[in-house]
Amino acid sequence: MRIFLFLFVIMGVSLHAKTIEVCSDCDINTIKEAISVSENGDTILVNTGIYRESNIKISKEIHLIGKNSPVVDGENKETIFIVNANNFSISGFTIKNVGKSYVKDYAALLVSKSKYFTITNNKFENVFFGVLIEKSHFGIIRNNHITGIAKDEANSGNGLHMWHSSNMRVELNYVSGLRDGIYLEFVKKSSISNNTSENNIRYGLHFMFSNDDEYHHNEFINNGAGVAVMFSKYIEMHHNTFQYNWGMASYGLLLKEIYDAQIENNYFVQNTIGINVENCSRVNYVNNSFIRNGWAVKFSGGCYKNIFELNNFMNNSFDLSYNSQLNDNRFEGNYWSEYTGYDLDDNGIGDVPYRPVKLFSYVVNQTPEALVLLRSLFVDIINFSEKVSPVFTPNNLMDTKPVMIRVNDRN
Amino acid sequence: MYKILKYSIFDLLRSRWSYVYFLFYLLLGFVLLFLNNDLSKAVITLMNIILVLTPLIGSAFGVMYYYNSKEFTELLLAQPIRRNKIFFGQYTGISLSLTLSLVLGLGIPFVSYGLFRTSEIFDFTLLLIVGSFLNFIFVALSYNIALSTDNKIKGFGYAILMWLFLSVIYDGLFLISLLMFSDYPLDQFSLFATILNPIDLSRILILLKLDISALLGYTGAVFRKFFGTGLGMILSLTALSLWVVFPLLLMRRKFNRKDF
Amino acid sequence: MIEIKDLHKKYGKLTVLDGLELEFKKGGILAILGPNGSGKTTLIKCLLGMVIPNKGNITINGKSVLKKWEYRNNLNYLPQIANFPSNLSVIELINMVKNLRSKQSNEQELISLFGLEEFLKKKLGNLSGGTKQKVNLILAFMFDSDLIILDEPTTGLDPISLIHLKDLIRKERVKGKTILITTHIMSFVDEMADEIVFLLDGKIYFNGSGEALKKQTKIDDLERAIASLISKHYV
Repeated sequence: MRIFLFLFVIMGVSLHAKTIEVCSDCDINTIKEAISVSENGDTILVNTGIYRESNIKISKEIHLIGKNSPVVDGENKETIFIVNANNFSISGFTIKNVGKSYVKDYAALLVSKSKYFTITNNKFENVFFGVLIEKSHFGIIRNNHITGIAKDEANSGNGLHMWHSSNMRVELNYVSGLRDGIYLEFVKKSSISNNTSENNIRYGLHFMFSNDDEYHHNEFINNGAGVAVMFSKYIEMHHNTFQYNWGMASYGLLLKEIYDAQIENNYFVQNTIGINVENCSRVNYVNNSFIRNGWAVKFSGGCYKNIFELNNFMNNSFDLSYNSQLNDNRFEGNYWSEYTGYDLDDNGIGDVPYRPVKLFSYVVNQTPEALVLLRSLFVDIINFSEKVSPVFTPNNLMDTKPVMIRVNDRN
Repeated sequence: MYKILKYSIFDLLRSRWSYVYFLFYLLLGFVLLFLNNDLSKAVITLMNIILVLTPLIGSAFGVMYYYNSKEFTELLLAQPIRRNKIFFGQYTGISLSLTLSLVLGLGIPFVSYGLFRTSEIFDFTLLLIVGSFLNFIFVALSYNIALSTDNKIKGFGYAILMWLFLSVIYDGLFLISLLMFSDYPLDQFSLFATILNPIDLSRILILLKLDISALLGYTGAVFRKFFGTGLGMILSLTALSLWVVFPLLLMRRKFNRKDF
Repeated sequence: MIEIKDLHKKYGKLTVLDGLELEFKKGGILAILGPNGSGKTTLIKCLLGMVIPNKGNITINGKSVLKKWEYRNNLNYLPQIANFPSNLSVIELINMVKNLRSKQSNEQELISLFGLEEFLKKKLGNLSGGTKQKVNLILAFMFDSDLIILDEPTTGLDPISLIHLKDLIRKERVKGKTILITTHIMSFVDEMADEIVFLLDGKIYFNGSGEALKKQTKIDDLERAIASLISKHYV
């Protein structure tokens, strides 16, 4: 009998999942109250209105649905939602005014130790951290709009922050005005796609110690730096656009201690540095376009066995710069807009090799102020003489098969 | 002055050199665009050419025109016309006709290529503005040289030497001093040295559009302020205008004391 | 009419005019003579404002002309060397000068006088020296001005044109014009000049009529009289 009753209860829960409605004139007029009366599997439907609540704790497997974008205003106090539940979902909310702190990572939505959750179609405004996910797995974060008003690095949080998690899918989100747009630390087997991350103080997207991830079809515009990938392995990066990341330590893509990555079909347009590569090995760069960047690719530290193939280097101030020896890296079959060679046998491949490292880029590495002499006639002359008989630039660094027309252009 | 200007231009339009110069730019524009098919690249190539060529042609034409029109000048000096008007008329005449050659010579191919429909129009316009400035500056400078010496060969030599100095040697010395003093903060020095040379100044002005991504990679605060805000553009344009005004003032002083 | 006071001009170390004083009344022909390099052309150019004196003053009709330009409206000048912009045709040049001065002119009369009709459309660069000098003369005589300055007007002229020139000068003199002429042709001076000024080393050595000069030197030939002036100085 007791067993029967127990089964009945369980079945009753699953069979009789109910919908709890919240509105200002309803019996239940706060989200907290709705949660407290809910059971696993219930749906809480929150009607339009302003709900001044924070520190809302969720530990049941419930679905929060906002109808006509209800506003949850945290009144700049603390974290607004704290989730510790599987099979949880939240959608259709506007969540704003998260508390700021130098000590605690207050977020609009904190998901901790949870599985199989989805966060969709929400707006996060004036957040410190937007969505903070820790020790969670199999989550979907789709179509959210996260904005902050970050002013400096020390005093700001990240839009979407993931930590010690795996199998996350981050899609179609928009993030701006934060420290890092999207941040991953110890995150595995996750994919970041079709997001737009712009105007963030530090990075549009930031990987730390995260392996086996991919990001593609994202746009990173006007961030401190577009994307930083550090201390990570087996990352695939393709079909992304990195644009207008301007500033003294600014790049479209920063690679630091990266091994075995694949970088394909990306577009680097007008960044101070297209890709900044530090101590990275076995990275393939294929079919990317570097257009009007200050430096298309800048190498430092020991970089081994990197391959550049079929990329377009167009109208960059410098195509390539390095401040160490370039070891065993291969450049082949790229298009270089500054290539002045000829193709007499008409096979599409230039008959003389192209040397992407100019003497002047060596000079600028030594004395940055010399940059004001960029494109001056004198600089052209010394570059030319260096090209004829290399003294400072590595003799063996060249593209032996520069192609004559642009490769697989998106335009 | 208007009358003198009219006759100067009239006279120059009959000289085949104006046409050679115009046709050169016309040809260059068409070749760049139709062989290249890449407007951005064409603009960069054009920048290199404009920065080298307009000062050279401006200097050479300036001295040449001065010496060749000496008789004409003497004829005018005996007429009831103020000296200022004669020289400014002639100066404006030659500068304008060179600018006309430049603007039309490059403008026609670029416009016929469909420039107005692209975002490069601003870069291109800036190039033409800078080119015109360089014409006015270098004609003024070479007029000063011509006014200082009556020896044609000498004057021509000095003008070419001035061009060589400002377009190549100056930058060489500049770079060497940067390398020699690389232990010291150099931003102010390098900005200053840039402003003192009209060719460098024009180059920076164009770089502000073309290579802003690289220029913003600078670490110095002075630079960041200069390049990162509208300040750089305004300052460079002002300095470039001063580069027209000062040689003109010097020129006026010279020809008001000159004996013919 | 013309008054020159303490006029100094140096080209570098070379003193060309050295405290020159000269006064000349309205009407008549004044010949300025002197060996090469004596300062004749410089004096004329000072008068025209083409050369700027280091010191001194020049007045015309009581008004200083230094750094002025309006007075040139009432002044015609024939330069020593007839160099013109070679791109222009004769008629264009004449029209241009007319345009610059906006004053009544009688160029048609002069063109037919010197027989230049067929040259009007020719480029100045293609003309012979004599023809250029005729164009030069037209420009100098086409306007009605009180002061006419002729620097070596006889250069390159054929005898008939020379006669025309003399007639022109006489005509102007009859009208009461003041005419300044520099030349080396003494017969021309003897024939035309009312007054002679002899310049040497930037100073005036003689100022007076031809008769007075002959009397002073006791030589009846003007050319020799002048030569004796020079040799006296150098002995």
